[in-house]
Amino acid sequence: MRIILHIWRQRDANDKGRMARYEVPNASEHMSFLEMLDVLNEDLIARNEEPVAFDHDCREGICGMCGCMVDGVAHGPLPGTTLCQLHMRHFKDGDELYLEPWRARAFPVVRDLVVDRSAFDRLIAAGGFISVSTGSAPDGNAVLVPKEDAERSMDAAACIGCGACVAMCPNASASLFMGAKIAHLGLLPQGQPERYRRVAAMEVQAVRELFGSCTNAGECEAVCPKEIKLEVIARMNRDFLRAHLTGR
Amino acid sequence: MPLDSQSPTGPIETRWDRHRFSLKLVNPSNKRKHKIVVVGTGLAGGSAAASLAELGYNVHCFCFQDSPRRAHSIAAQGGINAAKNYHNDGDSVFRLFYDTVKGGDFRARESNVYRLAELSLNIIDQCVAQGVPFAREYSGYLDNRSFGGAQVSRTFYARGQTGQQLLLGAYQALERQIGAGQVQMFPRTEMLDLIVVDGRARGIVTRNLMTGRIASHLADTVVLATGGYGNVYYLSTNAKGSNATAIWRAHKRGALFANPCFTQIHPTCIPVSGEYQSKLTLMSESLRNDGRVWVPLTKGDTRAPGQIPEAERDYFLERKYPSFGNLVPRDVASRNAKQVCDEGRGVGPSGLAVYLDFRDAIQRLGKAVIEERYGNLFDMYERIAGEDPYNAPMRIYPAIHYTMGGLWVDYNLMSTIPGLYVIGEANFSDHGANRLGASALMQGLADGYFVLPNTINDYLASTKLDPVDATHAVVRDAEAGVAAIAKRLLDVKGTRSVDSYHRELGKLMWENCGMSRNARGLRYALLRIPELREQYWRDVRVLGTGEELNQSLEKAGRVADFLELAELMCLDALERNESCGGHFREEFQTPEGEAQRDDEHYSYTAAWEFRGAGNRPEMHKEPLAFEYVHPSQRSYK
Repeated sequence: MRIILHIWRQRDANDKGRMARYEVPNASEHMSFLEMLDVLNEDLIARNEEPVAFDHDCREGICGMCGCMVDGVAHGPLPGTTLCQLHMRHFKDGDELYLEPWRARAFPVVRDLVVDRSAFDRLIAAGGFISVSTGSAPDGNAVLVPKEDAERSMDAAACIGCGACVAMCPNASASLFMGAKIAHLGLLPQGQPERYRRVAAMEVQAVRELFGSCTNAGECEAVCPKEIKLEVIARMNRDFLRAHLTGR
Repeated sequence: MPLDSQSPTGPIETRWDRHRFSLKLVNPSNKRKHKIVVVGTGLAGGSAAASLAELGYNVHCFCFQDSPRRAHSIAAQGGINAAKNYHNDGDSVFRLFYDTVKGGDFRARESNVYRLAELSLNIIDQCVAQGVPFAREYSGYLDNRSFGGAQVSRTFYARGQTGQQLLLGAYQALERQIGAGQVQMFPRTEMLDLIVVDGRARGIVTRNLMTGRIASHLADTVVLATGGYGNVYYLSTNAKGSNATAIWRAHKRGALFANPCFTQIHPTCIPVSGEYQSKLTLMSESLRNDGRVWVPLTKGDTRAPGQIPEAERDYFLERKYPSFGNLVPRDVASRNAKQVCDEGRGVGPSGLAVYLDFRDAIQRLGKAVIEERYGNLFDMYERIAGEDPYNAPMRIYPAIHYTMGGLWVDYNLMSTIPGLYVIGEANFSDHGANRLGASALMQGLADGYFVLPNTINDYLASTKLDPVDATHAVVRDAEAGVAAIAKRLLDVKGTRSVDSYHRELGKLMWENCGMSRNARGLRYALLRIPELREQYWRDVRVLGTGEELNQSLEKAGRVADFLELAELMCLDALERNESCGGHFREEFQTPEGEAQRDDEHYSYTAAWEFRGAGNRPEMHKEPLAFEYVHPSQRSYK
């Protein structure tokens, strides 16, 4: 199948950037989207043109490194799927696609489709953890966790930190990402002692990183490749309010 | 070079305790004066960096990905073993030790393996406390399953994402230390050389992948946690970025490389679909609990699987191994799949696949039960292969998954370069010739949380280090060397891309040093690899410059190292005239076609010394002694 691509090319953070048109004349329906980009890059190298830079690593949907906007949708048209797990059989011969990097003030473009998501790491460093030093843990079965809580915690913990939620949000808010971490830890008994301190610290950091506020647009949930639910944001907001009311 | 494993003697149950007591400690107030470089942020590196920082050391930590949370440990699916015996089913530290030594086909060091089994208990406790959402029973207690043919239920898991959850635990512990200022983190930074001053590891040379800036980072000691080298085969279950550059360049600076030919093949991966294939995706081994593996009885049978009657199917694992059937260990299942494909009975467009069929299980248990057990895996298969495994059998084929070989380390996890520690998959230490399922996560975390933070003190407390700064001749030479390699790669301006060479090398390795090996193929590869390497340096095309984000240049350096490591792997495979674990030499098999170990001549670890470019490396032997688990022939008939 033949695919026409319009891809954002930007040499570095200072470059203004532009869309460039390419053709992949020989894509196969069995290719993953990233393999289709590999084929494009091999063609570009053969023609002495610099390949398109894009982030990727595990290519099995778990590392969270890949992703770009495909026709304005983070990770492309298939719900619950990272770009690396999207296969070309979901497109038609002759399709024309527009690829752009994540767009958010907190995620500056590094080159082409590559952005800097280190703001996510700083959110975690601000409070997205349980403070337990190595060696001080009691027996694993000393603290019981109801199965339902463990399952809900796991639902939230499945977040891969790809940034699609921020990219898709009209406000470039990191609320789904933060809410997922706050729900993951806050649903477990081990996470209770720092529950309110955590949410307060992460909110402060989010403002520093220039993430926007949540207005319940719900775009994040729609594109999340791990299908994290909006309820984690509600939960975060409740915890945040309680943290403020109780002064913790 | 004498290889002193520093392994304690005496009763194995108390070796680690007694050894720890014999090690020197560093005064708490002095710890902050010691700088430690940790390279890699997977389970081993992330847990080590966090734990060392908690102790008060000044840690500088590096990863090539954009965040320490992305390391490939994240992709581990199945689980992590621990000898908790929560199920009262006869498990014990000794049994986990025994299973690991036996599973490794008697090519691992007993002392190390026993310590690993002991520490498995602490790992689970630590991870639970960090908030890893392990699967629970309705009572709230931790759930377990049996895994990879083990007869006890000792595997802890978090759905099919155990590696992800354990890594996030370590990552969060690391981020906590970064936030506290105890760790300085350098993401998108690749280690390209080791700095050795007066025979001791004193730092690393790195390239900032965003700016191309080459810099050196000096320290009192260096820890490598950079994972395995499975990507030498191009197609593997590893992440695209996983590479051997850090350990290979340390090897060229004097660290011995142990058992490079010990690689593990995973039997249940989604087969290659075309030339453009960029990686292979693993499907959890648990599928073999209910799926039946078969191929058509006759060669060249191109009928759809549903059209092939029962009498014309060959359930080859059940036929050859009546007692274990489809649950034979990874290496046995893999080799048999290759064998039937080599006979021309493989299925699918390429002929390089076998069926994994759930028809009977669906009939027996109902679709709902199968969906509950394997739903996410079936979805994943359908997403990639475009076929519904509820209606047609899956097609699977083995793929490279893990490398048991790695840099040689002693009981303290120190390499042959004083001050250079190697942990996790990057070292060779605990799995012998074959790794058991759910043991990789255990080893990475044991090394990082519990072993290294206890052994590294001894080196720091007992070693007088002279100050070294960036103007030192050794440092400047190392930086210049790194810059020269990048420049040389950019200056070739040849005709073929880096990937095209990597693919060619991978194919050569898969065919001659893959699932089964023979002397003729290995000798051929040993002739062909140097030719390919010579051609690479003459003809590779790397566009762009060294002063920017240049993904082709990053790959080019890694592939240059794979082209050297591949040769050592073949040499090691050719020298080891026996079959053991993942290393199957066709010349050495029993009359029934099973691996034939040769304990009389090969009960040793082969540790290779780099002797300069173009010179034959020298092999040193660390003899293995088995006091507690007596070598026996594995049998799954």
